[in-house]
Amino acid sequence: MTNRINDDLRISRRGLLGLGLGVAAVPALTACGGVSTSGADGGEGSVSFLSTQFTQVEERQRFEKILGDRVTAAKVAFNPVDASTFGTTVKSQLDAGKVQLSLLGGVHGDLAPHADRLMDLDDLLGSLGDRGFTSDLTDLAKLSGSTTKYVPWMQATYVLAVHKKALEWLPSGVVTPQMTYDQFLSWMTAARQGNGNKPVFGIPAGPKGLYHRFFQGFLLPSFTGGQVTTFRSPDAVTAWQYMKELWAQTAPASTNYDSMQEPLQRGEVLVAWDHVARLRDAPGDKPGDWLMLPAPSGPKGLGYMLVVAGLAIPNGAPEAAKAKEVVKALTTGDVQVDVLRQNAFFPVTNAQLPTDLPAAVGLEAAAVKRQQETAGAIVSLPPVGVGARDAEVGQVFKNVFKEVCLDGKPVQGVLDSQAGQLNAILDELKVACWRPDPAGSPCRVA
Amino acid sequence: MPRRRARIPAAVLLIAPSLVVMTALFAWPLVVGVGQAFSGPDGPTLAYARRMLDDPYFWPAVRNTALLIVVLIPVQFAFALTMALLLRERPRFAGFHFYVWVIPLAISDLAAGLVWLSVFADRGYLNSVLDHLGVDGVAWLSYQNTATMFLAVVVAELWRSTSLVLVIVVAGLQGIPKDYDEAAAVFGATYRQRLRHVVLPQLRPSLQVALILRTILALETFAVAQALTGRSLPLLVGETYQWYNVLQNPNVATAIALVVLAVSMLAAAGYLRLLRDRTVTQ
Repeated sequence: MTNRINDDLRISRRGLLGLGLGVAAVPALTACGGVSTSGADGGEGSVSFLSTQFTQVEERQRFEKILGDRVTAAKVAFNPVDASTFGTTVKSQLDAGKVQLSLLGGVHGDLAPHADRLMDLDDLLGSLGDRGFTSDLTDLAKLSGSTTKYVPWMQATYVLAVHKKALEWLPSGVVTPQMTYDQFLSWMTAARQGNGNKPVFGIPAGPKGLYHRFFQGFLLPSFTGGQVTTFRSPDAVTAWQYMKELWAQTAPASTNYDSMQEPLQRGEVLVAWDHVARLRDAPGDKPGDWLMLPAPSGPKGLGYMLVVAGLAIPNGAPEAAKAKEVVKALTTGDVQVDVLRQNAFFPVTNAQLPTDLPAAVGLEAAAVKRQQETAGAIVSLPPVGVGARDAEVGQVFKNVFKEVCLDGKPVQGVLDSQAGQLNAILDELKVACWRPDPAGSPCRVA
Repeated sequence: MPRRRARIPAAVLLIAPSLVVMTALFAWPLVVGVGQAFSGPDGPTLAYARRMLDDPYFWPAVRNTALLIVVLIPVQFAFALTMALLLRERPRFAGFHFYVWVIPLAISDLAAGLVWLSVFADRGYLNSVLDHLGVDGVAWLSYQNTATMFLAVVVAELWRSTSLVLVIVVAGLQGIPKDYDEAAAVFGATYRQRLRHVVLPQLRPSLQVALILRTILALETFAVAQALTGRSLPLLVGETYQWYNVLQNPNVATAIALVVLAVSMLAAAGYLRLLRDRTVTQ
């Protein structure tokens, strides 16, 4: 009797399971039918805008609101994706001749590999004469050719955030805002001693931190004048020796920091270098206690990394005329200031900054301007044309840091072996060098 | 006439479905994986294997993974056997104890890793307790303290995965007839002697299964270590994740995965040889 009941039960359970699977399969299968590879769909006549920027949900929502409020010329379907998806989507749509995208937004390095696939925008840039783009930016926008391939959209960089408490340990003769790397090291050494032997300086050397940008765009250009070609030069050895000394005065917990605003806010460190968007929340509600400073300068000048994003229109874009209107709208002063206020990307135009900016953004804006205008500034770009290999290129610099600063290996040997790794990647890519290296092709470590 | 049609033996028909599934889900990916690791855009290449070997994280990852297995597995088996033997004595609430002990089996790796992260973090539970007792906290998971990082991973893995061994051993113990044990007791064998000569030999098949399973799983330790130490304590599977996901180089990632596969196969074959029942003769 019990067996019988069990049998019945088993059958009904199996039936239930089948039913459950069936029910689960229906939405999964129907979903297959309508997968949209271009994401947000604004319907007929809207401008499909593929971007590598503002992929984070909050940033995306804030930017979509700006688009909705300020861009009246056309309906824009904003679709932010990661850099490698961006690359493959643009390549496949244009090479197959089925272009659905009308507007592309990405940092210089995202757009550079597609120079041949982008429309010439000289006329559009010409009509935007009143925006006041600097010639630095418009030169970059030619992507090493003779015609304009994108219109500058917005920019960002990296600065130092300093809690004013750290100023009390400033050695005599050292003045903010502009100091050399040696002065900075003596300051951090004094601060550590003054702080009960606890380091006050931090860098974002965590798993998702951007510390490789410090080596690529700040330390190495300042000491060697280059990023890749001078990778294992005697100057680079000096730079990494310096880094080793600086690391000795840096909070060891830095290897856990992905973004510096949190440890600054918690008071674990008082001085930190990071991307402007990752320092924005550090001052919190006490902006009066904080300073934002440009990076120090080295023997070759003040090396700094410029992250510039641009707007481009692909060849054969279905809504090219409307896309141009959107570009015009996005470069107006109001929108530039909105983006700065909401998403902490700085204007590329001469937009007048209002006085009611969030205090931290105002501090950063001043530091960004000062860094850019310093005499002898050396502009570096994040690797250009390396696409999905950017992380691997960055990892080479992180490996040098790990082996030199954390494992204490001899600098020259580490640089030689990592130069081999870097060349292995670059030999596969066969790309031209990017700033500050001379534009030789193919780019290699000398 | 009808006999002719049934030419394919029943055995082949019976194993055909599993053969198809194994080919589709195991052999084929393996072939693709080998192809990915050893061929580049210009044909066959050892470049990816060389990059793997030259990477400053690879050899530490090999060392850490090996060390983890060597330390973890014996401790784990000692714990599981002790727990199973305790349960065999049928204490009060034996069923309840068993359920409590197998709870970790139901918890996802990553969740377990996060739980232990909240214990070992700089301002975690452990340091809070130490602080309460007037002892200075230790930066357990700092890159400078490889030993404590390793210890944290061992403790977390021990907690998480011992229950798997326990379940297998308990099942094995239940399959051993009481008669042998009782007979040995009648002849005056001590508990130790009975354990050594009666229980453990009969437990051999279960232990073999558990050892192979656990060694392969320990080679694949990932989520717990990832949550606790990130890349500060590199492990092999963590490196495949790093290369595939963060560095976006699937070729080097597969090369490392093939190393894991090779070591797993070697380990399994080694156990099968080592624990072969020599009393059974062909």
